[in-house]
Amino acid sequence: MRAFARLLDSLAFTPSRNTKLTLVRDYLRETTDPERGWALAALTGVLTFDAAKPAFIRKAVEARVDPALFAMSYDFVGDLAETVALIWPSKPGANREPELPEVIDALRSASRNEVQRLLEGWLDALDPDGRWALLKLLTGALRVGVSARLAKLALADLGHVEVAEIEEVWHSQRPPYEDLFAWLEKRSDKPSPDAPARFRPVMLAQAIDEATDFAKYDAADYAAEWKWDGIRVQAASERGEKRLYSRTGDDIGHAFPDVMAALNFEGVIDGELLVMTGGRVDTFGDLQQRLNRKNPEAKTIAKFPAGIRAYDLLMDGKEDLRGLPFAQRRKRLEAFIAQLKSSRIDLSPLQPFESWEQLAHLRAQPPDGDPQIAEGLMLKRWDSIYEAGRPKGPWFKWKRDPHLIDAVLMYAQRGHGKRSSFYSDYTFGVWREDANGDRSLTPVGKAYFGFTDEELKQIDKFVRDNTIERFGPVRSVRADREFGLVLEVAFEGLQRSTRHKSGVAMRFPRINRIRWDKPSREADELQTLERMLD
Amino acid sequence: MKYEDLLCPSPAGLYCKPGDFYIDPVRAVERAVVTHGHSDHARSGHAKVLATRETLAIMGERYGENFAGAMQPLGYHEKAEINGVTVSLAPAGHVLGSAQAVVKWKGMTMVVSGDFKRRRDPTCALFEPVGCDVFITEATFGLPVFRHPPDTDEIAKLLKSVAQFPERAHLVGAYALGKAQRVICLLREAGYDKTIYVHGALERLNALYEAHGVKLGPLAPATAGKKADFAGAIIVAPPSATQDRWSRRFPDPVVCFASGWMRVRARARQGGVELPLILSDHADWDELTMTAAEIAPDELWITHGEEDALLRWASLNGQKARALSLVGYDEDEGEN
Ligand SMILES: [Zn+2]
Ligand SMILES: [Zn+2]
Repeated sequence: MRAFARLLDSLAFTPSRNTKLTLVRDYLRETTDPERGWALAALTGVLTFDAAKPAFIRKAVEARVDPALFAMSYDFVGDLAETVALIWPSKPGANREPELPEVIDALRSASRNEVQRLLEGWLDALDPDGRWALLKLLTGALRVGVSARLAKLALADLGHVEVAEIEEVWHSQRPPYEDLFAWLEKRSDKPSPDAPARFRPVMLAQAIDEATDFAKYDAADYAAEWKWDGIRVQAASERGEKRLYSRTGDDIGHAFPDVMAALNFEGVIDGELLVMTGGRVDTFGDLQQRLNRKNPEAKTIAKFPAGIRAYDLLMDGKEDLRGLPFAQRRKRLEAFIAQLKSSRIDLSPLQPFESWEQLAHLRAQPPDGDPQIAEGLMLKRWDSIYEAGRPKGPWFKWKRDPHLIDAVLMYAQRGHGKRSSFYSDYTFGVWREDANGDRSLTPVGKAYFGFTDEELKQIDKFVRDNTIERFGPVRSVRADREFGLVLEVAFEGLQRSTRHKSGVAMRFPRINRIRWDKPSREADELQTLERMLD
Repeated sequence: MKYEDLLCPSPAGLYCKPGDFYIDPVRAVERAVVTHGHSDHARSGHAKVLATRETLAIMGERYGENFAGAMQPLGYHEKAEINGVTVSLAPAGHVLGSAQAVVKWKGMTMVVSGDFKRRRDPTCALFEPVGCDVFITEATFGLPVFRHPPDTDEIAKLLKSVAQFPERAHLVGAYALGKAQRVICLLREAGYDKTIYVHGALERLNALYEAHGVKLGPLAPATAGKKADFAGAIIVAPPSATQDRWSRRFPDPVVCFASGWMRVRARARQGGVELPLILSDHADWDELTMTAAEIAPDELWITHGEEDALLRWASLNGQKARALSLVGYDEDEGEN
């Protein structure tokens, strides 16, 4: 971990591309397998993790360091991972320093809960630079400017070969790239560029800018389809090799034996992994029951059966379709899926439209059935080839507007860092009618962003002026039928939850507007929310 | 009798009323006790100055022979009487000649740390803790994020980069008094025996250190020679010089900065530093708290720096403490 941390640090400080190249090359030369391969994958974004949320990291550090000292430090440093890395009380000799490969191994296979348990032991054993690198890795924030191109140049430099030779085999190689290093160090022959069921780099969509893009582009040039709310996958089945990849190229097949069993074709499909029962899509919440479980039980699989809704066809048998325009690939895909007759793999239908206005209407009011829970729309140019990365123009995503409700502020908690002197975490509720017809507030969510600094000050003042009770860092504020602060809350989705008293849980709630003007009794009812359930 | 009767903050600096003298006054006064030669502590124009021989020599080098009306050198552990107040100096481990001022009067002992650190430094004497009723501590790096790594690690970082980029020059920004000589000494201890090039602004202080027995090895001015001659070389210069035109004489220089502030990445980035070296002549958080706990004074007074966090630490640890708001000690931009 130490060498990797050192490399990250040097990369972050140097503006020069040549220097970065030398740093990466020398690191690859001085480091052994499999560490260097994993490091390369992490640097280039082939591997990304989202194993620990900032809130969890804060909680962990505040259990060990006085929260006031932490707040002053965070205020000074300005970066959570760095503050935690520096302030974490080291326990020399408590543990062996974790090596990068074992960290990556745990991140790839363990559940988020397990990773969070491991994290504290790792932080105890590392030095500040090691802790910083670990936290950046865990939170998916390794932004050090190493492109795939730069990595390939460093590899070419390491092996004294032309970069074109690296390009040729690159896509057949998987981290930790041991075959590639063996070849570059003249210990073996050049690996075959044609490994069956290898990962093909994924094409991604830009978010559309409603203000400018529609004027620029002609509706007739684009196809539209729903953007399903699962995870993007690539299913490859070639010459007996079957793989299921995430969009970053992680092999996730082990978690989805039901999907793997359905890969009875010769080719490579791009699609959305979803929980599907009887041809209908279930919610992202259902899919979450399957994600992060390395070896799901038969019971779980039966309850949450997974499948693929296909967007695109990259390989049809031996034929590479990626150079064909989308219109042609789409025809081939339709035929391919029809021939499969699989209950686990179906086709993502296109949505015909005449004008952008008509499409906007469709997006705002999706037809009954699956589109009701789609994340939004995807726009694909009929003539677009399948191009790795996120090119601007050929593909757009157009997410649906968030759901909005009016809720009443119930509790406020002090924030962290720059916000430690403000009440900035808000729990809000909606009205619920009991058996006697009386209405009381039931908490439905918590939000700590979405407002401006000015608004923060205003809410903070409201909290202080209307506090009923204080318990630790939390204050309850007056909220009844006659008086209370109404917050317009935006959120992405709503699921049933047994953990919440209200029975619902929001995804990504945030404060959209403060409704100083709205009487508290006019805030929404729980029933309104229940109708929005995914 | 209150502690404030012996020492109290005043606009000119810490003032000792019974002795009628100031410690590290920020403007010219009748009688001054100076802890060390950094310009925010040692000003010129006092009528009388008491300090270590080394500090007086440093002041003479910087301000000219007549920087004060009268000079009174005092060795570590020697005593002087000023109007019935006993003053002695104890090593502070900060820079050559740096001292803590120990002030005794009517059974009360107060110690002014000046700037200090606890780690070994080949260019100056090690800090000595002195038992006292009031310890007036600096707090430059008084936040728990400041934990300076071992100096050998930082020097190894520099030497590795020199080996990795032999076509480039390494330009190390280091404060002219203390840090520059320490960096050079640490490089020598790590086995680096090539000529080290130095900016003209360092030459006289380097000579002064040499004259006081601090061996710096082969040095040469960074002015002579063609650009290509400096490939693979280490050049030490004041921090300001690393960013200006002067640095363009060197081949694609790797700008390094030796300072405790380099612990925070944003600081290094703001300064356009490519290789931050976390080398500080001030105590880090652990040294500050360890020193306060070791001395365990009746009262801890905290001055220049991050006072709030140290106050918080004191309250958590049952140590009586207060913040002294002394003005004029510019730890951020000045010499640390
Ligand atoms: Zn100083
Ligand atoms: Zn100072």
